[in-house]
Amino acid sequence: MKLPAATPSAQPIAESAGRHRSIARRAFGSRTFVAGLCIVGCITMLAVLAPVISRYGPNQQNPFHTLEGPSAAHWLGTDDLGRDVWSRVLYAGRTDLFIGFAAVLFPLIFGTLLGIMVGYFGGRFDTFTMRLVDVIIAFPFFVLVIALVFIIGPGIRGIFIAIALTDWVVYTRIIRSQTLVVRELDWVAAARAGGLSHARVLRRHILPNTIPQAIVYVMSDIVYVLLAVVTLGYLGLGIQPPTPDWGSMISEGQSFLTTNLWLSTIPGVPIVLIGLGLSLCADGLTDVLRPP
Amino acid sequence: MSDTWRYVGTRLLHAIPVVFGVTVATFLLLHLIPGDPARQLVGLHASPAAVATVNRRLGLDGSLLSQFRDFLSRLLHGDTGTSFFYGVSTRSLIVSRLPVTAALVALAALFCVVITLPLAIIAAVQKDRLTDHAIRVIPLVGLGMPAFWIGILFILIFSVKLPWFPVGGWGISYSDHLRALILPALTAALGIIPLLIRSLRAGALDVFNADFIATARAKGLREGRVLFLHVTRNALIPTVALLGLNIAYLIGSTVIVERVFDLNGLGSLLLEAVGNRDFPVVEGVTLVFAVAVVLVNLGTDLVTAQLDPRIRLR
Repeated sequence: MKLPAATPSAQPIAESAGRHRSIARRAFGSRTFVAGLCIVGCITMLAVLAPVISRYGPNQQNPFHTLEGPSAAHWLGTDDLGRDVWSRVLYAGRTDLFIGFAAVLFPLIFGTLLGIMVGYFGGRFDTFTMRLVDVIIAFPFFVLVIALVFIIGPGIRGIFIAIALTDWVVYTRIIRSQTLVVRELDWVAAARAGGLSHARVLRRHILPNTIPQAIVYVMSDIVYVLLAVVTLGYLGLGIQPPTPDWGSMISEGQSFLTTNLWLSTIPGVPIVLIGLGLSLCADGLTDVLRPP
Repeated sequence: MSDTWRYVGTRLLHAIPVVFGVTVATFLLLHLIPGDPARQLVGLHASPAAVATVNRRLGLDGSLLSQFRDFLSRLLHGDTGTSFFYGVSTRSLIVSRLPVTAALVALAALFCVVITLPLAIIAAVQKDRLTDHAIRVIPLVGLGMPAFWIGILFILIFSVKLPWFPVGGWGISYSDHLRALILPALTAALGIIPLLIRSLRAGALDVFNADFIATARAKGLREGRVLFLHVTRNALIPTVALLGLNIAYLIGSTVIVERVFDLNGLGSLLLEAVGNRDFPVVEGVTLVFAVAVVLVNLGTDLVTAQLDPRIRLR
């Protein structure tokens, strides 16, 4: 939950929902976007296909082959319990990526809807919501998430609830400021004057013009959530062993840093690649959405 | 002058409700716990009397409102409760751990500015050339780097392979402290540097296209002077503002960095308290972190207002 510089675009992005199809088509025309999508797609495929690709179970121990270097049998070597690191990295991706992609859905939907509501209607509800946003943003993200997971209990459920409670604020802020701009545009006033209901103006005019900003942010947000998940795992508060997770793998490998540095460095690579892929997607999308 | 004071006044007035809100939120966080913290603390097989005692010590008997009144009146007296685990006041624990974290955050913030500003300006000067592209790769790759992973890599390179910095710990003398803080501060800074570079490169490009730069050049100022006096000062404003906006993230990442580098700051106190299920300490540290963010935000706002008179007059 890092905050980008607030720059609501003054230009209408799309006049009607129908333009969205052309935005999608243009996105696929952007080399940056497609490159990013390929990276994310490849890693996601590897994670999804983990049971097919890997030759060992993620928790299959082998006391005769512990702390081995890379070999034909074990591509990335084995850990202190003789578990195959390549298999564990793949299986960890299933858990971590699933949480990363799934946990942002509630904040995205809730934060966006709340943002267009408070931005469009204003008033006391808006003031109250934005004070609440200020308060939640004042808590350092990791401190709040750690405190919440402490209360709710470690594990996937705790992570989901902690992200749901904290992460919507950024969407609300971004979407609200964009709504404030769009609301004042002539054709929105015209739509209202033409007799359209508030609900219809919100759905057909405000939402299509604000949601692209949320979509761009969600790309970075998935990375932030993924970082939160692996960080909690590293601190022992996230996904509990023996379920593999990139964060806890790095933490376990740290004891063998001087002798087997692969153990704690390798699990970081897919995280960085996902971050790279999603940044490229976000950049490509931003270019496409920028008014010519 | 009066504008400045009016600005300081309004910003202070804005900060007060946030500090109050943060206090309420911290209170609710630990007092609305689903389940029974006292039961969790003494275990499933403890007698009801033991649970009641712990509840009393936690201040969890009585209605939510009376609990909140107690909590507030204790806070106003500077009392954040007594640690279960250490048996001393949480305030003394927090005060003893605060300097390490404060120094870490200050050094990290400094690194953010001194690393981001030149890189952003160089990228803007060399727009679309090789250097620019190289600098623009940093945000792309840096975004997904977990702080603890960077920390481990730093330890591996600069402490194990090259014995330049200690692997962890705090040391005895001031020079030890500084040496001990460099890698952790760099690690924490790298968490938000990608974001800063991305925004500031765009900001610096805007400055380059501004009329006053053309005027400065037309006056015959040397390029170095234009860069230093005009571009840097104007690019510094958004740097500090954006840093202020993300200071919460920076402060939060000290929790992880302190764990990786084995520093005894507030972050490791929080993690210890979580491990010991030490509710009053978790509550106290969370509150201190949030209030610190509000204060630092206030500070950065005042600094940017000092750098840019236009902000004060808004």
